[in-house]
Amino acid sequence: MSTAGFLLFLVSAVLAIVGAVITVASMRPLRAAMGLLLHVVALSALYLTLNAHLLAVLQLLIYAGAVVVLFVFVILLLGPAGEFAGDSEKLIGRVMGGCSAGAVLLLTAFSLSRHDAEFGPVGADYGTVEGLGNALYRGAMAPFEMVSITLLVAVVGAVAISRVRTAREKASDAADAEARKLANAGGSN
Amino acid sequence: MDVGIGEYLALCSILFGIGAIGFLTRRNMLIQLMTIEIMLNSVVFMLLAFNRVHTGSQAGQVFGFFVIAVAAAEAAVGLAILISYFRIKNSVETDKADLLKH
Repeated sequence: MSTAGFLLFLVSAVLAIVGAVITVASMRPLRAAMGLLLHVVALSALYLTLNAHLLAVLQLLIYAGAVVVLFVFVILLLGPAGEFAGDSEKLIGRVMGGCSAGAVLLLTAFSLSRHDAEFGPVGADYGTVEGLGNALYRGAMAPFEMVSITLLVAVVGAVAISRVRTAREKASDAADAEARKLANAGGSN
Repeated sequence: MDVGIGEYLALCSILFGIGAIGFLTRRNMLIQLMTIEIMLNSVVFMLLAFNRVHTGSQAGQVFGFFVIAVAAAEAAVGLAILISYFRIKNSVETDKADLLKH
């Protein structure tokens, strides 16, 4: 790897870690969302160092363009209630959980960094739109189509979960309950 | 300087660890959803790093593509659940989510 490539790896690795730490540690959700944005952009630069051009673009489009914006919309929708300061309750158990997770992960990182394999040369179409498109449409056509169904179901589910019942629906439910009560009273008499 | 797969794997697990620590220690549902995104991102990154060693096929990148798509769906549904939970409880604190507990 060239010196420029090494520098790109180093700078974007540091930025990705800083962004993730800002996301996790910040008390205000909007600041956390900005940390997530930094993390995502740095990660997309890291994908470039792995010759994954199409996925770097997709990462920017989907995460920076859609997911972070969705988070910011929800933060704006919730308003001040989105920031709550009750994180200090029952702190000991949570800190112990966090520390054990951190210890396991540090050990994993150390042992994985011993594992070494050189990055060989890549073909001309590795990770490009053409190469990945061929791999996707020739080798994974059915799963690719199923992803569209998954996204459709997710959109319909999100709408169904988060929508408010209209006044007319509430009134008709109340009328149904009233009619059922009357019928029950008539049956018991 | 030479960067091999070891450095990439170490970075992936550090990022996953930061996400896991955040998920276990924070109680704000918004931030917990963001930490889930961090963990999913680090997994995609690891798939790409392994694929870079075995460049004969691009299965790792195809799999990373699917993980990104499913993560987008997960974010949409998770935020919808967050909003409907907020409507019931007027809070985004996960410790108060005990409707199915008692």
